[in-house]
Amino acid sequence: MVSIGLGHYLTLGAVIFTIGIIGIFLNRKNIIVILMSIELILLAVNINLVSFSIFLDDLTGQVFTLFILTVAAAEAAIGLAIIVVYYRNSGTIRVEEIDKLKG
Amino acid sequence: MIAHTIFFYIFSIIAVVSAIMVTVSKNTVHSVFFLILDFISISCLFIMIGAEFLGMIMLIVYVGAVAVLFLFVVMMLNVAQQKNEWFTSQESSGHIPVGLIISAIIFFELIIVVGGWKYKPDLFNTNNFNINSEVSNTHSLGQVLYTDYIHIFQLSGMILLVAMIGAIVLTFRQRSGVKKQSYIKQISRERSEGVKVIDVESNKGVKIDG
Repeated sequence: MVSIGLGHYLTLGAVIFTIGIIGIFLNRKNIIVILMSIELILLAVNINLVSFSIFLDDLTGQVFTLFILTVAAAEAAIGLAIIVVYYRNSGTIRVEEIDKLKG
Repeated sequence: MIAHTIFFYIFSIIAVVSAIMVTVSKNTVHSVFFLILDFISISCLFIMIGAEFLGMIMLIVYVGAVAVLFLFVVMMLNVAQQKNEWFTSQESSGHIPVGLIISAIIFFELIIVVGGWKYKPDLFNTNNFNINSEVSNTHSLGQVLYTDYIHIFQLSGMILLVAMIGAIVLTFRQRSGVKKQSYIKQISRERSEGVKVIDVESNKGVKIDG
């Protein structure tokens, strides 16, 4: 049995990152799931930073993971507030029907 | 070492499966539950490899605050009528194959980067802020966080403040037609405008208006 090294953790981070990307690309349901996919991507970044920090014996990665956590919490709060305001104004949060900008 | 391997595979398989379930589950409430499971298993991994403080903080912040916030919003908005759709749309669009191809390309690029790291592990070595094994993880993190990174730490506090004010301003709504108590009006009310003394003549009565 292979002992667990840095590569295993980086692969786990890559897998979760890709799942988050797929969730953003393929979503047709509602915006909340897209926000959750963004949280997954930030989680993958956190995995990478922490595993580098542990295996390279450097504490800086964990400090920056703390800041990423802060930013992720702020971003979730702002994003959910925007979603609530949008739902109040237009009555839907389906991705297909949000086409006011005609993009 | 064997136990480390076994626990790594258990936690990472749970994390990957629940991450997949977050994106594909038909009910948004189930997505939030799987997101919570994902956060919990990843924080178990963090605790396992020696970053205890971050694992605990992640439990508190993500599971206790962010996921509960998501749950609030999901249950507040009416998303029940759209739970039976899964990636499908009315008009056929080519977004599914294109999205899958681009995601596969991203994944293989990441794997190439990881492989390069594996073949040349001594790419660079850093010597700042080495992890001291004599003190605990929380202790060493605090020693660095409050001295060398104090400005960034306070800046992150400012970010949280701005996010809080922004969320309040965004969702604040002034409704018309709702009666409210006005303290200023109550306190500044005086006797001269509230009470009027009238001499009432007998057999005449009083006419009350305004």
